Order: sequence, then C-alpha cells, then structure tokens
Amino acid sequence: MKNKIIEGQVIPFDQSNIDTDAIIPKQYLKSIKKSGFGPFLFDSLRYTDPGDLSTTKKRNINSNFVLNIEPYSSGNIILANDNFGCGSSREHAVWALKDYGIEAIISTSFADIFYRNSFKNGLLLISVNKDELENIFSEISESPKYNLTINIQNQTITTPSGQAYSFTISDSDKERIILEYDDIELSLRHKDKVKNYEDNMKLLKPWIFEKNND
Amino acid sequence: MKKTLYDKIWDEHLVHENEDGSSLIYIDRHLVHEVTSPQAFDGLDIQKRDIWNNNSIYAVSDHNVPTQNRASGIDDEISKLQVDTLIDNCKKHKISYFDLNNINQGIVHVIGPELAITQPGMTLVCGDSHTSTHGALASLAFGIGTSDVEHVLATQCININKEKNFRINITNNLSSHVSSKDLILHIIKIIGTSGGTGYTIEFTGDCIENMSIESRMTICNMSIEAGAKSGLVAFDSKTHDYMLNKKYSPNKKYLNDAIKYWENLVSDSDAVFDKTLSFDATDVLPQVTWGTSPEMTTDINGKVPNPDDENDSSKKQYMQRALDYMGLKANQDINSIMLDKIFIGSCTNSRIEDLRQAAKIVEGYKVSDKIKQAIVVPGSGHVKAAAEKEGLDKIFVKSGFEWREPGCSMCLGMNNDSLLPYERCASTSNRNFEGRQGDKGRTHLVSPSMAALAAIKGHFSNVIDFVNEK
Repeated sequence: MKNKIIEGQVIPFDQSNIDTDAIIPKQYLKSIKKSGFGPFLFDSLRYTDPGDLSTTKKRNINSNFVLNIEPYSSGNIILANDNFGCGSSREHAVWALKDYGIEAIISTSFADIFYRNSFKNGLLLISVNKDELENIFSEISESPKYNLTINIQNQTITTPSGQAYSFTISDSDKERIILEYDDIELSLRHKDKVKNYEDNMKLLKPWIFEKNND
Repeated sequence: MKKTLYDKIWDEHLVHENEDGSSLIYIDRHLVHEVTSPQAFDGLDIQKRDIWNNNSIYAVSDHNVPTQNRASGIDDEISKLQVDTLIDNCKKHKISYFDLNNINQGIVHVIGPELAITQPGMTLVCGDSHTSTHGALASLAFGIGTSDVEHVLATQCININKEKNFRINITNNLSSHVSSKDLILHIIKIIGTSGGTGYTIEFTGDCIENMSIESRMTICNMSIEAGAKSGLVAFDSKTHDYMLNKKYSPNKKYLNDAIKYWENLVSDSDAVFDKTLSFDATDVLPQVTWGTSPEMTTDINGKVPNPDDENDSSKKQYMQRALDYMGLKANQDINSIMLDKIFIGSCTNSRIEDLRQAAKIVEGYKVSDKIKQAIVVPGSGHVKAAAEKEGLDKIFVKSGFEWREPGCSMCLGMNNDSLLPYERCASTSNRNFEGRQGDKGRTHLVSPSMAALAAIKGHFSNVIDFVNEK
C-alpha cells in the first residue's frame, strides 16, 4: 500500500487563533496565480518593512520571528496553538504555506474552511490534544533541533526520543495526501446522479432554475 | 425524525452519500468575486472542463475596487488585471456580471439578498467566508476556498461532511440603540472564535423574530467569526415580505408554490440540537473590541482587561500581545480610547438600516477635529441610491464624513482605503486581526451608531447615554 512519510524540523509557533490574514496579507491576494506566495508567508511578522506584489527591493528581516531563527528557518512542520487558520476563506494561505515548503501543521484545532483548503492542496493538518501539544512545545524549548517523523498511513507522529503519538484523519483526507487525487474527477463519477437530481428539482422548484429579468 | 432547519435544507440537497461519510450536496447559487475566482477558472481551462450551469452563477467585483473617482477606472494595474480577468471569465462562460458602474454592483453579500439572488431554502456558496450572511434568509450559505469554487463550477455540487446543529436562543428584545452587531459580538465574546467550529448555528427566540432581515444578516455574517461556516434564521413573515418584488424574485407564475415551499423552512418544534446556548437580550450592552480577535470584546462601560488576571499562561501571553499591538494599557477605560479614523461599511454593516442608524447619531453634529478621516461606504449601488433619496448622504457630508462608492473598502483595505501604521479605527466591519485594515493598523469593531458617535466625540462613548441626554 502506498504511503507518505513527512520528516523534518518543527517550527514552534506558540500562538492561538493564527488567522489567514496573518498567514498571507491581503495585498498579495491581488495575484491571479496559484504560485509564488511562499516569499510572502507571514509577511508582516517576517519582515519589518511593508511589501506588496510589486516590491522588488530586498526586504528587512524580523530576526525575532520564528521563521527567521535557526534551526526553525529550515523547518517544514509548524506546531501552533488552538484554532489555526481562522478568518478568511482565502486559499492563498494554503498556497503560501505549501510554496514556502510547509508539509504539515500540528495544532489542537483548525478552522473549518482552512481545514478543507489544506487537504485539497495536499497540506497535512494534524490535531493533537492539549497535553500532547504542550509536551512537544516543551521538548522543543529544551532542544530546538527537533525533527518529527509523520507516517500518514499509520497515522503516527514520532518524536526524536522515539515517543509515538497517534492521530485521527479521515480515509479520504489520507488519500488526498498520499495519492493527491482530483476531487472534481471523483465527483464527476456521480454526474448522472447529479443530472437526475437536477431534473427532478427543475420540476419541483422551477423558480430556482428560471432566471428572470435578464 | 424531527428535523432542524439545517437538517431539512441538507436533506433536500443531498445527491449522494460517500462511503467515508462525506456527501455530495447540490448547490443552487454560486456567487463569484474577483479575488478568489481567477485560479478556479484557470483550473477549468487546464483540465478542459465546462461549467455545469452558468445560470446559477452571479459575479461582481467588490474587494479590489476604488470607492471614489470611479469614472476614471482602476488605476492600480494589479487590481485592474484581477477585475478584468473576472470580466473576461464571465464573458467567456456567459455568467451574469455587474459592472462597476451598474446600480446592482456592490459587496457580494449585500447584493445577493438585495436582488433576491439568494432565496429561502437554497444552498449558496461563494469564495468568501462571510457568505454566512445569506443564512438570514433561511438559506444554507457558506464560504469556500478556490479549489471548491472550481469544484462547484464544474460539478454544481460540493463534497462535504454534515455539520452538527447549534441553537442560540435569545429571549426578549435588545435595548434601544443596542444593535444586532452588539448582539453577535456579545455571542462571540461568550463562545469564542472557535465556539461554533463544526456547527451550523441557528439563531432563534423572540429577539431574532422581532428583528429586521437586515439585522439578522449582521448576525449571520459574523457567525464565521465564531467559527461556524453557516448561520441560519428560520423563514417567517418578514422573510416572506423581503423576498417580494426584487430583481430576481421568483417568477409570478411560481410565487405561490415558492411561498408554500418556504413556509416549511423552520426547525420542527421538538427538533434536537447538539448544543444550545440561551440568554436574555436585555443583558446586551453596546460592545467594543479591544484586541486582535473578535472574541476580545467588552461592554462600552468596561475596561481593557488585565492579562495578569488570566491564569492560563498561553492566554495571558496572547492578551498581552494583543494589548501591545493595539497600543492599549490594561484596565484602561474603553471610553478613554481616542480614534484616528472611522469606517462605516462592509458586508456586516453597510445596508440602509445601518446607514440610517449612523446618520441619526451624527445629524446636527460635526466629526471631531481629532478624527483624521471618517468614511461611509454603502454596501451597494441600491443602498447608495436609497440613502441619497432619503438625504442621508447630505447628513454625513455636512458632518464631515466622506460619502463613497460601494465596495469592501477599508474592511480589508485591498483598495486605497486603509489604515496607516498605528492608526486607530472605529470600524463597523467584522475582523480586528493584526494588519487587517492596513499594516500595523488598529481596529475596534463596533456597531454603526457607536462608530458614528465615536466620530463626533473623537473617542468611544456609550450611545445609549448620548441619546438619553440629547
């Protein structure tokens, strides 16, 4: 059976309610592309000077921000507090995380729309309980060079000391990460059913389907 | 089985149940704006897929549009490209698009209900989290990301898991000059920004029943700020009256059938909710947010909280960070907070009733000379026209407010309307996140009448006292 292992340095971001405005500020949403958002991830925290899509000069780094601190700057797994990804539905937040190189985020909870957007783009989100989260945070504060191994098929996280935590994830989300399948293709397998439903509703609720006044 | 309103709309739109527990749900209406759609249309092109039903889609530019000098077009080239891309995509796929100079243009969540694009019992999506607004018309409406925008364009369906049912029951009526904005901020203060995560919230009780449709929209709009993708209010005689004689109201030949269908859009009397919260509306006072999350809210008579009073170290740190960002001190009186800018607008509070409430406060007064800028941005061309017909624009301008063209404007500052670093704003919008209205800008969320009063005072003040002393 196919599997995917994510391994790498953890970035400890001990804050709750990290919102999608913080992940990618609005000035970057003007882009009509899906790529190239990585340099703007956490933009207003990461740099001390403002930027936008037309900025060409080199930005001033905020050396106090976790992404700019060694060894976290080479990390690919974010560890954060409750309700990560709240706020706007902007998928640009997920595109920015992926483009930067983030492969997984561990938290106690995630906002609903962000959760969907993440798995649609192959970004793994793992919910752990408060104690587990605090354990990992405290271990990192003791040894900042801290690599986790995430086995998606087995649904386990293994810490450097060998301790394993298990996590829950739906089968379909698991497949989204491992197989990177096309959701639209899967839904279109039911297109006859959709068509039948629609034909039926056109008879029952014609006012919804007939456009007036245009 | 007795059903909630959410259960009923869900069941009615269920096309297929997958083995993993997710369901294919049919989508009746799809609203599209310029920011979250270009990559979705692109995706269709790459895969050579067609749009399932272009008649179900309505598009408008709102996030990125200028609110003044509109005749000269959009001068920011990157913004212009995004708006032009939406126009091109709509032409190509024969989708209804409301141009910048069309009276139907406005914030997507204002025009949907206003034109009766949104109707009771429908499922409605938009690539925007504040789609929850439309639930005020007893429709199941929620925000989606761009991948799902593409999915709905191609399949007319969305593949989702059913949420749980959360009932928030509010008895009695709000006091005079306390608005539904204060009510929803009060609710978020109680349940927190993730209190509704995984739930669809239905708002019930005589407070909601006695409330106008527009006030209900403000509440449903900010359900997402409590973590719930959708808010709902049951169909009643007010919804019925609201739905008539609008641009896209049901064709007369079907109207009686539609009304008959709509009348069933209420939760059964003994339907079971997974969670319930009840409280008395008379307990709600005007609210002001003091921090960088909508749950960081207090009464106008209150003080900025002290992080030292918080036992949880992580929460304490979070509060301190918010105070540092906001430039506030613990225990400071809320009414001592001085403002730089005033923003009346956004999908939360830019409808005609909101503007009437604000105009009533400012009429006969001048904006304080401590305020650098005060702007009113109506939610749509129709709201603007209605306000001008009533003379509200003149009241605002005479007081020192700027009267603008419709759009999202300073709620997120994607256009030229934004805060400069460290500027402090009383805003009728929905998010006080760091940098939301501009890099290092400081946002306090309030109701329209509280924002209006802050404009003439230069600081926050209790609108109830102001009106009583008048």
